[in-house]
Amino acid sequence: MEEVRLMKGNEALAHAAIRYGADGYFGYPITPQSEVLETLEAEMPWETTGMVVLQAESEVAAINMVYAGAACGKAVFTSSSSPGVSLMQEGISYIAASELPALIINVMRGGPGLGTIHPSQADYFQACKGGGHGDYHCIVLAPSSVQEMCDFVGLGWDLAFKYRTPAMILADGVVGQMMEKVILPEQRQRRTEEEVRRQCPWATTGKKGRKQNVVTSLELDDDRMEQNNLRFQRTYREIEKHETRIELLNTDHCDYLLVAFGSMARICQKVMELAAEKGIKLGLARPITLWPFPAQQIAEAARHCKGILVVELDAGQMIEDVKLAVNCSIDVQHYGRMGGNVPSPDEVLNAFENLFINKK
Amino acid sequence: MNNKHSFPSTMKEEIIIAGFGGQGVLSMGKILAYSGLMEDKEVTWMPSYGPEQRGGTANVTVILSDERISSPILNAYDVAVVLNQQSLDRFESKVKPGGVLIYDSYGIHTPPQRTDIKVYQINAMEATFELKNTKAFNMIVLGALLKVKPMVTIDSVLRGLKKTLPERHHNLIPMNEEALRRGMALIEE
Repeated sequence: MEEVRLMKGNEALAHAAIRYGADGYFGYPITPQSEVLETLEAEMPWETTGMVVLQAESEVAAINMVYAGAACGKAVFTSSSSPGVSLMQEGISYIAASELPALIINVMRGGPGLGTIHPSQADYFQACKGGGHGDYHCIVLAPSSVQEMCDFVGLGWDLAFKYRTPAMILADGVVGQMMEKVILPEQRQRRTEEEVRRQCPWATTGKKGRKQNVVTSLELDDDRMEQNNLRFQRTYREIEKHETRIELLNTDHCDYLLVAFGSMARICQKVMELAAEKGIKLGLARPITLWPFPAQQIAEAARHCKGILVVELDAGQMIEDVKLAVNCSIDVQHYGRMGGNVPSPDEVLNAFENLFINKK
Repeated sequence: MNNKHSFPSTMKEEIIIAGFGGQGVLSMGKILAYSGLMEDKEVTWMPSYGPEQRGGTANVTVILSDERISSPILNAYDVAVVLNQQSLDRFESKVKPGGVLIYDSYGIHTPPQRTDIKVYQINAMEATFELKNTKAFNMIVLGALLKVKPMVTIDSVLRGLKKTLPERHHNLIPMNEEALRRGMALIEE
């Protein structure tokens, strides 16, 4: 039996990456995710697995190091928080356009601008609706526990390699900073050069005995670039078909549905408990993949509901996807705090009662 | 001490520990969380993080439970342990009716007023002077907390310390145990 350990979400990210057999980490410190680099430095995986850990000179440098590592077929990743992830957007667009697997972690903090260091979910649009330029998507995973911070590292890389597209873990300061029990996966060996060549025949591994591989996002021929885009879109449809994930709690017997992801989904579980004491039946739909968005599952869960409250640490971003999911056929309202403030469970319940119960 | 039978049904304790940055608030919470881990409980430790750690107020929410824990962020607590006036002002009203408030009297000019909760005043700062060890402050407070609310055993605390402290610091464990016992003695029945 694997040992149960107690650690922060950020620490779990670092341990999980080492255990996955990661080849490299490139990052630049920023609160509230600095423990990722700190933990990697403390664990010194270069002594054990041979994994590279490098503090880059900036976020722009870090994401381009990830781009280069990914082009070589390596399992590489970076982590940052909101302002740092904004700096990385150009690189993420290039990685997507070059059809490369990479893992990008955003432990969100209050914005816009340099903002605060406290929890936020206001990078939802950035993560799910492009972020960088062009028609592309990252697979976006939203952990709501320390165990998921750990598990989604492996899942993110598996999906990134399967579909040759960047995956993002969209966490926030709560999930990054809190400590919970976690069971780490078994230590995996880093892939050998031979295994990388076999798994990633597209990678720039040295062209001994084969045709040259070229990794680029540049294609000046419009028709060929359109063909590239059509290929990306086919991949995205495949991802939507096979990789949409959601957790549904108490949705069979609820009168109203809460929709929340990450730390807010945890707070909403407490809201459900408090509501039950008052005889209000709440269900919770927690999207685990924010892209692809589990629209169909939310529509089904909400079919018999009188209303939906979308609870987010932002001014109302995911609510747009929820409204689309139910075609605005149900009353969809939003409650959120901004700038690093996190609502307490009773605050969310009050908001719910004011929006749905007291107004009648 | 055998507290295992104190909670025949499922237990859940929602605790806030608050004081000045540097008082050991976060590490006290951490030690409590590790002790819960030693007893196979579900555990969540959620700190205030950021500039307040460097001298302002710091607080940490610790939840120990036999069942899956929902929110790491709470608006009401079973137990509040407060170590300065600001924290007392902020968290006295957040203790659930019938809950427990433990406060260190050092620097408190306006004591708690509520009568629907159990209030324990301790003088942990004074006790650190007796032990000639100001660093033991948070362990004394933890001892007092565990006397009032035996949610984990002292044995689990010591096993947790042993597990988390690097070997070179294991010589400090007896001193920590002494501080815990001193803290327990601060609670007059």
